[in-house]
Amino acid sequence: MKQIKGVNDFVVKFANVNGTGSASANHLFAKAIFRMGIPVSPRNIFPSNIQGLPTWYEVRVSSKGYLGRRGGVDMMVCVNPQSMEQDVASVEPGGYFLYDNTKPLAQHLKRGDISYFGVPLTEMCMREFPVPRLQQLLKNMVYVGAMAALLDINFSILKDLLNDQFKGKEKLISSNVHALEMGYQYATETFKCPLPIRLEQGGNVAPHILESEHILMNGNTAAALGAIYGGATVAAWYPITPSTSVVDAFSKYAKRMRIDAGTGKKNFAIVQAEDELAAMGMVVGAGWNGARAFTATSGPGLSLMSEFLGLAYFAEVPVVLINVQRSGPSTGMPTRSQQSDILAGAYASHGDTKQVLLFPATPRECFEMTVQAFDLADRLQTPIIMMSDLDLGMNDWMSPPLEWDDTYEMDRGKVLNAEELDKAETWGRYLDVDGDGICYRTLPGAHPSKGAYFTRGSSKNEMAVYSELGEDYVQNVDRLLRKFDTAKSYVPRPKTHPPIEVKKPKTDLKLGALFFGTSASPSYEAVEILATEGYSINTMRIRAFPFHESLDQFIHDHDVVFVIEQNRDGQMRQLIMNECQIAPSKLTSVLNYSGTPITARAIAGKIRETLSTQPENVVPLHPETA
Amino acid sequence: MSYIKPKFRHPNLPTNRLGYTVADYDGAVSTLCAGCGHDSISAAIRNACFASALEPHRIAKISGIGCSSKMPTYFLGKSHGFNSVHGRMPSVATGASLANRDLTYVGVSGDGDTASIGMGQFIHLIRRNLNMTYIVANNGCYGLTKGQDSATADLGSVSKAGDANPFDGIDLASLAILQGASFVGRSFSGDKTQLEPLIRAAMAHKGFAFIDVVSPCVTFNNHAGSTKSYSETRDHLDVMPLDFVPMREEIRTQYAEGTTQSVTLHDGSVIHLHKADTSYRSDDRKSAMHAVQTAEDEGRILTGLLYLDPDSQDLHQNIQLASRPLNELGKDELCPGSKVLNSINEGLR
Repeated sequence: MKQIKGVNDFVVKFANVNGTGSASANHLFAKAIFRMGIPVSPRNIFPSNIQGLPTWYEVRVSSKGYLGRRGGVDMMVCVNPQSMEQDVASVEPGGYFLYDNTKPLAQHLKRGDISYFGVPLTEMCMREFPVPRLQQLLKNMVYVGAMAALLDINFSILKDLLNDQFKGKEKLISSNVHALEMGYQYATETFKCPLPIRLEQGGNVAPHILESEHILMNGNTAAALGAIYGGATVAAWYPITPSTSVVDAFSKYAKRMRIDAGTGKKNFAIVQAEDELAAMGMVVGAGWNGARAFTATSGPGLSLMSEFLGLAYFAEVPVVLINVQRSGPSTGMPTRSQQSDILAGAYASHGDTKQVLLFPATPRECFEMTVQAFDLADRLQTPIIMMSDLDLGMNDWMSPPLEWDDTYEMDRGKVLNAEELDKAETWGRYLDVDGDGICYRTLPGAHPSKGAYFTRGSSKNEMAVYSELGEDYVQNVDRLLRKFDTAKSYVPRPKTHPPIEVKKPKTDLKLGALFFGTSASPSYEAVEILATEGYSINTMRIRAFPFHESLDQFIHDHDVVFVIEQNRDGQMRQLIMNECQIAPSKLTSVLNYSGTPITARAIAGKIRETLSTQPENVVPLHPETA
Repeated sequence: MSYIKPKFRHPNLPTNRLGYTVADYDGAVSTLCAGCGHDSISAAIRNACFASALEPHRIAKISGIGCSSKMPTYFLGKSHGFNSVHGRMPSVATGASLANRDLTYVGVSGDGDTASIGMGQFIHLIRRNLNMTYIVANNGCYGLTKGQDSATADLGSVSKAGDANPFDGIDLASLAILQGASFVGRSFSGDKTQLEPLIRAAMAHKGFAFIDVVSPCVTFNNHAGSTKSYSETRDHLDVMPLDFVPMREEIRTQYAEGTTQSVTLHDGSVIHLHKADTSYRSDDRKSAMHAVQTAEDEGRILTGLLYLDPDSQDLHQNIQLASRPLNELGKDELCPGSKVLNSINEGLR
């Protein structure tokens, strides 16, 4: 049997039972690799369940620093009899399978092309620990210990991490370290350690990884910090997976950083609303009244908030919504990731609406874009929806450290204070004085006799007086469109990279790939894989809607453009078809909507397949026609 | 109704403590039907704000959707207003109040807006005890869509189309008392001597003040057979008068022993309640529930200040919010800066 080999380059997957404490042990495993300075990306693939159902934790180690999913499993650690059959089957030929051999492995689970490592986890814990709950929890530590020996994890890092985690609870530290050592010892005595797949501290890591002191954090925590730094004072929300941890983290940080020193009172308000409708209503009320307010939700919540999003669009109220996408429709697979709210977000609400969307791809962008979302909401006086997803929001990502420029000033947009109102000759709430579609607003209570107006969802004229005249309505909604156009110059621009040179190109077609959010990382990797095969593909990562003009140009400049996204209907492709002046036939979807994040191998496979069957009627663009 | 609102004011109109005349609390001309009860409520709100000498620009008016929710346009033209979404005024008011706790919030809603589509938000608003005055203009029907029964229509009340309502109506005042609202009143749009002091008391109360105002719909619910017509309402009213004495004024009137209960609000204002039933205590929830229920059983509509908890803790107090309005805070108070962020980074390594 030819075993898989690799230093700092492999995929390990843990198969556990939900609610048995495996997540923290698996996290310890990933964090130890991270502390060794080796690029790692852990992913929790978990069921909508508190206890009992199968759950997986996939850890990718990549010396080149690829953080998306690769596809395939090199080593499986299986401590869940429920899923063992599929877990055995999912290991790549030449791979490795670690399991609890307290009970012997069933005959039908034995494959000839993978290596088995039996560790009597249950038996060891029964023997060593008296308390049943500890027997279950520490089983996880025993396999982490065994993995440390098999993969050559720096054992002292594991111990340091446990010391950090259980600071002040010495008893817990010693029992956990003991369990780790048991596993480590068993593995070194029983197996030939390390395996051909292994870790090497200071090994062949890509130079760009070594450039900065990375952090390991999830997108929801980063977004919450963005809300703190962006000056959010009101958070109204309703619990929904996978967005809940945004407000949990906001609450945690706000309690640390937003307490008034003199009085001990709060400079922030968090309200757990009765539903998403009320959550958005509160954000609208607070935004109308001049506070920076936000909510976080996911698909079903976005649907419930849509009526208010329409009001906020039409009444021109700043709103920030962090939408952490999951599988839909309806409650779908609430703990599985997708990018399937693109159209629901872009056109949220009834009537003619267009909403500003931001697409972060990393925790750092979650942080920066959340800060920016508050500035944009105030500047554009409209809802800003940041479209994250479960993969980005709930998983830990290796990221360059968050940075803050202390000279940052909030952009509160066009708000007239009492002094400015006194100076203004005429003021109308919906007068487009500057021609950019953005009008001057006032806040309640600002001036004794000037600037009061009535905000309404119903139609009005430029002076904010109720009007059902067709021309007033048309003027207003046309101005809103002008404002949406103005938004293009404020939202983050798409990112492009210089093309990868290909020595012997397999095609003379000009190839492009468009993607956004968590599809980006595996897309970049797929492009690099394909470059080695003779396909040169230019990339553009979309970061906001409305789209920048360069997106149109990018599509014009290529013969075939792959749109890589994680939903069934190619929603970003549809949005591009709807909003850009391009030939839709140029856009080829590359999709994944299984609920588990898209992999580089799947993307490369689909592109390869498309190119090998490319219809002959695609005529390559020539420089003179491009 | 009139299409033109005269701008002329008598030069010697009386002024309040702040120097404002009642005209300074006017709004735009009403577009509701002539004789609509809601216009009387608008006038009562205007008069109450004038009498209590509130600064118009420090009041924010918020409403949902419906005839009732159009009302804020027709009073307090110098105040900001927000005509929001059907049944969702409570959440908008909550957000607005969180952003700036220093303004006075007046919410106007209707029986459809509150008792049907907005019931969930209404109940939760009570639960949070938001510091605001919440007035329901209650006519038992959907006026803007031409007279369908609402959820507060009484059992057996005949609609304009001629059908008797087969369902029990929801009594919002009882519900509010039961749910723990800290101030619950009921009145009749045609009884301004009671409604005006009731609104003044509600606005002085620190916490959620709810007033259910029976406000007949002249167009769709004022016919024989309707239990919410002007004549039916008048015939069944059981009025408990009240006086509102603001903190700054001396108490001059003397009241007969036993029939009057005085309640002092947090700001020092005093409410004097006059009741026929001396055993009824309006600061006792059980007693209030009993009185409302007894009146209902006897076919009377008990109006007045039904229940009041003068010591209630409002939302801001309950969530330990700082006294400075959140919308006044700037970068210095809100943004922790790069040093803190660096230490957060350190913790994530």
